[in-house]
Amino acid sequence: MGRYILKRLAYLIPTLIGASILIFFLYSLVPGNFIDGDPNLTAERKAELYALYGFDQPTIVRYFIWMGNLLTGDLGFSLQFQRPVTEVLNNYIWSSFIVAFASLFLTWAIAVVVGVISATKQYSLYDAVITILVFAAMATPSFFLGLIVIKYFAVDLGWFPAGGMTTTGADYTGWEHVKDVLEHMILPVLVLTMLGIGGLTRYFRTNMLEVVKQDFVRTARAKGLKERVVIYKHALRNALLPAITLFSFELPALFSGAIITEQIFNWPGIGAIYMQAFTVRDYTLLMGFTMFIAVLTVISNLIADILYGLADPRVRVK
Amino acid sequence: MSERASVLEVKHLSAHFETEQGIVRAVDDVSFSVKEGETVCVVGESGCGKSVTAMSVMGLVQTDVKGDLFFKGKNLAELSRGDLRRVRGNDLAMIFQEPMSSLNPVLTIGEQIMEPLLVHHPYSKKQARHKAIELIELVGIGRAEQIFKSYPHQLSGGMLQRIMIAIALSCDPDMLIADEPTTALDVTIQAQVLDLLRTLQEERNMSMLLITHDLGVVAEVADFVVVMYAGKVIETGTVHDIFASPKHPYTKGLLYAKPVLGNRTKKLYTIPGQVPNLVDLTPSCYFHERCEHAMDICREKMPTLKLEDRQHVACWLYEKEVKG
Repeated sequence: MGRYILKRLAYLIPTLIGASILIFFLYSLVPGNFIDGDPNLTAERKAELYALYGFDQPTIVRYFIWMGNLLTGDLGFSLQFQRPVTEVLNNYIWSSFIVAFASLFLTWAIAVVVGVISATKQYSLYDAVITILVFAAMATPSFFLGLIVIKYFAVDLGWFPAGGMTTTGADYTGWEHVKDVLEHMILPVLVLTMLGIGGLTRYFRTNMLEVVKQDFVRTARAKGLKERVVIYKHALRNALLPAITLFSFELPALFSGAIITEQIFNWPGIGAIYMQAFTVRDYTLLMGFTMFIAVLTVISNLIADILYGLADPRVRVK
Repeated sequence: MSERASVLEVKHLSAHFETEQGIVRAVDDVSFSVKEGETVCVVGESGCGKSVTAMSVMGLVQTDVKGDLFFKGKNLAELSRGDLRRVRGNDLAMIFQEPMSSLNPVLTIGEQIMEPLLVHHPYSKKQARHKAIELIELVGIGRAEQIFKSYPHQLSGGMLQRIMIAIALSCDPDMLIADEPTTALDVTIQAQVLDLLRTLQEERNMSMLLITHDLGVVAEVADFVVVMYAGKVIETGTVHDIFASPKHPYTKGLLYAKPVLGNRTKKLYTIPGQVPNLVDLTPSCYFHERCEHAMDICREKMPTLKLEDRQHVACWLYEKEVKG
């Protein structure tokens, strides 16, 4: 197993080099940059800034400088924020992460339970109602769902704050602060969960329907096991296996922010920063962030493969 | 032999499936009984309702099953789900056609053998483990400790079927239902598994309901034979009577279609035609389209099982008033 992981890690290197080439050149070959965005700059000042930030160098040279810095953990300098990219990312990524993590956890937990019950009671009233609700939630755009939720829960009922991450003007510390953030999180998490739950519920329902038809489920029943054991021990574990791959796709999404939902709830997450960086052409920030997501993606793929090996004895490495 | 008590009595069993084409009468008014220590073989072509009969007895069919299933005096059809569950795998066990897919791929063999032991007996994990190892040895697999820790994909089909037998026998059932247990196996392995089943059955004086389409298997292990066609029982009798003097044209055809060693013919005999579509059958003998003796009455009325000599047969040929 150890050797296998080492081998897989070695495979990551060419993949990441390929990704870095694509990311760097796609952003660098787009005409214009952050400095060009300011029409008030004189030609000399522009040349000065170009030299300062290295834009006067040939693109190839700039790639190697960028790569060299990457290897030392330096993602570059954000011109818009006038801070290192790592610092900017670190400031915003975690607020995106807590929302994404909470909604990921809820989405999966609810989808597994609802999907399994839907499958075991296929074509029942419960199944029909759930199917309709799930499709309705899936089909509603996030901006609309977000506004409805704000109108109802924040404005009419006044249960939760309508936006932001902390109460304006309040200076809570410790537990109070945590509670404040949690209160602000609820609505964005609710919206993200509602959006994500549909597809996943259907996915688990389909998987489960496949598995309960298998011969080994019949064997489990023939042994006289309780139906609960048949479904949750014998069937569910097999139905969850293909979901490991799906889960690995979700991991990078934990850090990439939800652009629209964050805008609606005025949540200081990375999604909003990403959009802002585009409008002012802060390419170092964009490149750094994209590269970060690329690294996360390949790592989560590796994690998926290792988890698969642990969960399914048939693919376990000998 | 006749004084032996019945372990299983199937009375007027019907299992109907609703499909888009209509209602499929997979099992239609089937009755037979299995006595203590006896092997009853249910034979017939593919799609004649043999497997559904077996599954219905176990309560493993996802449809409405009508009729009475007396097992050791209790009617399984009237038991609550919980009581039926306590019978399944405990007093009444079953093995299936496809050993490769009948075991859970993500659980170890040991875990799967221990499950019925832990459910039906107040065993501790350690006792169950001990018993499971014994069972693996009982079904003739060496290296039991190692097999205990293996996963199904690491074993061959024959070994998996032995494991299935071990699971089925774990709680010393009074009766074993075996649904084509050797069909998916190699010929040499088939013989081994069959031998094993027969030995274990004799040792334990266990009753066995064996579903098969292999007349060779029937001749070897059966005491009593039930011939099914299109969801109905068309002939029953002791294995000797059925093989020596088959009555129903279908049974005759089945026996005639069996290749005989040392008797090479250009073409093996086949019964002409196919099993009729089980949807919306009109009252008639369902075999009439393929029967060389078909008479007018065969197309209009369904024959019932009647005693003829020493076996029961459902055929108009043997009805006195028709013949006379």
